[in-house]
Amino acid sequence: MKTDLPESIEDTETLLHSGGYVPDRPLAIAVFLSLKLGRPLFLEGEAGVGKTEIAKVLSASLGRKLIRLQCYEGLDVASAVYEWNYPRQMMAIRLAESGGESNMSEVSENIYGAEYLIERPLLSALRPDNGGPPVLLIDELDRTDEPFEAFLLEVLSEYQVTIPELGTVAASESPIVIITSNRTREIHDALKRRCLYHWVDYPDADREYEILRNKVPEAADSLSLQVVAAAQHLRGADLFKPPGVAETIDWVRALIALDRGYLDRDGLEETLGVVLKYRDDINHVRENTIDGTIAAASAAL
Amino acid sequence: MTKSITSSGALARNVMSFARLLRSSGLPIGPAKILVAIQAMASIDLVRRDDVYWALHSAFVDRHSQSELFGIVFHQFWIVRIGEQDKPFMFDDVIDEAFIECAESLPRRLAGAMAENGLAKKTNKGRESREQPPSVTWSGSERLRSKDFETMSTEENIMARRAMLDFQLPISRVPTRRFQPHASGRRIDMRSTLRKMIRTGASFDLMRKKAVYRHPPLVVLCDISGSMEPYARMLLHFLHTITNDRDRVHTFLFGTRLTNVTHQLIHSDPDVALRKVSAAVEDWSGGTRIGQSLASFNRKWSRRVLGQGAVVLLITDGLDRDGGAGLTEEIERLQKSCRRLIWLNPLLRFDGFEPKSAGIKAILPYVDDFRSVHNLDSLSEFVEALSSLGGARNRTGTNSAGME
Repeated sequence: MKTDLPESIEDTETLLHSGGYVPDRPLAIAVFLSLKLGRPLFLEGEAGVGKTEIAKVLSASLGRKLIRLQCYEGLDVASAVYEWNYPRQMMAIRLAESGGESNMSEVSENIYGAEYLIERPLLSALRPDNGGPPVLLIDELDRTDEPFEAFLLEVLSEYQVTIPELGTVAASESPIVIITSNRTREIHDALKRRCLYHWVDYPDADREYEILRNKVPEAADSLSLQVVAAAQHLRGADLFKPPGVAETIDWVRALIALDRGYLDRDGLEETLGVVLKYRDDINHVRENTIDGTIAAASAAL
Repeated sequence: MTKSITSSGALARNVMSFARLLRSSGLPIGPAKILVAIQAMASIDLVRRDDVYWALHSAFVDRHSQSELFGIVFHQFWIVRIGEQDKPFMFDDVIDEAFIECAESLPRRLAGAMAENGLAKKTNKGRESREQPPSVTWSGSERLRSKDFETMSTEENIMARRAMLDFQLPISRVPTRRFQPHASGRRIDMRSTLRKMIRTGASFDLMRKKAVYRHPPLVVLCDISGSMEPYARMLLHFLHTITNDRDRVHTFLFGTRLTNVTHQLIHSDPDVALRKVSAAVEDWSGGTRIGQSLASFNRKWSRRVLGQGAVVLLITDGLDRDGGAGLTEEIERLQKSCRRLIWLNPLLRFDGFEPKSAGIKAILPYVDDFRSVHNLDSLSEFVEALSSLGGARNRTGTNSAGME
């Protein structure tokens, strides 16, 4: 089922809510403008604040296909955009030879045809789809190197890909593009210039509570409130990696799995590894902030 | 949509004036962004101030560190000029030129703070109202000690560039996952093989390719405390030359606090760059807090600049005001998060050096390459000292060699 694009900021909020995502107003504005203006949305923020989730929710609630490109160092055109099917091409040449074909230019025209082309995510995102233009998620762009960003420029500004042997493939309708980055390096300005930018921050306590109610409905309200207060408190401590929303969700699930109805000192000690992923951070919290965290958690009730 | 784009000529003009003000404050804004901003304003209802704020924000800002400056300029332009905060926007009032002229002079002074270190100390506060308050807290920060450098002579610049030609770190180039055609490469390039088959007809010649090699990112952490003062000018000259010599160089200076000066050093004229650095750094020739400076590097910067296997060059004499407190943990983390940690110590020129200082003792076990310099008067000697490093990542071996 295909849903129309939202017409206003409020519609966008409703749309994201219906997909189980709790946006704050600035994020809803950024998503709305990106859909409205047909511009890629560049989301930057710490790990685990729900950047990737936005693309998933958009694709699900708009009924669009989700095409995901996970970035890594050394990602190249052959694995991101397209590749020629070399074995088939070679076979075709051999067949032409054995068939006594002497006109190689004709053969060459044939083997660089669409049927020998293997489409990778960026190219297939430009293809029309029954459900409407797909959602293209370019995930963790900061993991690639600079040359790959250059490949992306044409795709992002013109929604087209140029294949030297075949010509230009342009999208009839532009896909919805979401780019995420954890900021392990700065992305080049040329690429950012083509996008709308939004920094996804940690949610405030109210929004985080709402997220928990959405994601872990089986959790008791009191437990969710406690966990949110504790997570907010930990984010204020001087940590190497403060817990993200993903960690908060895991935390509630872990406490439920341990049959704990509320968060106390023992529960916190047992589940600290769910929330904090660095040994230094765990030690720091054990030594300095555990009392404050417990106090914040019980104050929330 | 309450307002069509045609009826909002005044709005478009105001957006352009606003963009001009942002630009004069140091945000890189071109015509394309202005067009997007005008489209964005036409797409939303101009009722809520925060909607307008975030719509313009998504069009004009493209990195997190610009947010604060954007907030100040936004306040200055749309709120101070247009009236009380609780009044609705009146976009049809064209903001007069005289105001822009006068407002432009304010952010120009703020532009110096655009360097990320000045703006990086936010994030945790102000979750209630995400619209940035017009705080100007960092503009009046005290300057502990400023520094003047003699200008560089032309001769010095030529010498510096010549010296850099010989400059090689122990890990100078690493293979990337990009490939280029090469007659004796180990990988087969199917694409060009096929093309050749078509061209020459039938003959089956395998074309080959090999990995492209390039410099790994380089991060320099340079001590500028009192004991390092005699070398400061030369070191900065070196840092300036290397920052402009290759891509992916990040430079930090530290004494009692850590300052990222990459942005300032990128200016191609060494004198201008050094003047900017001197203005940005607040703790010239003071004490040293190596542990604390490294801790703030590890917290704030390591994940942003140590990606992709960076080499870290640590330039310090190891004399620590805090007596090496907290240094071990931080230097260990630093060493574990980079490809290779190189320590250059200029103190060793004194005869009879022994690693007695607590700071030195803390750092030594964790460096991959240790290098002492006996005479650090010229840049070429400095480059020579660094280039003569060699060998694999082997702590004990290089340490003992360096300490002899």
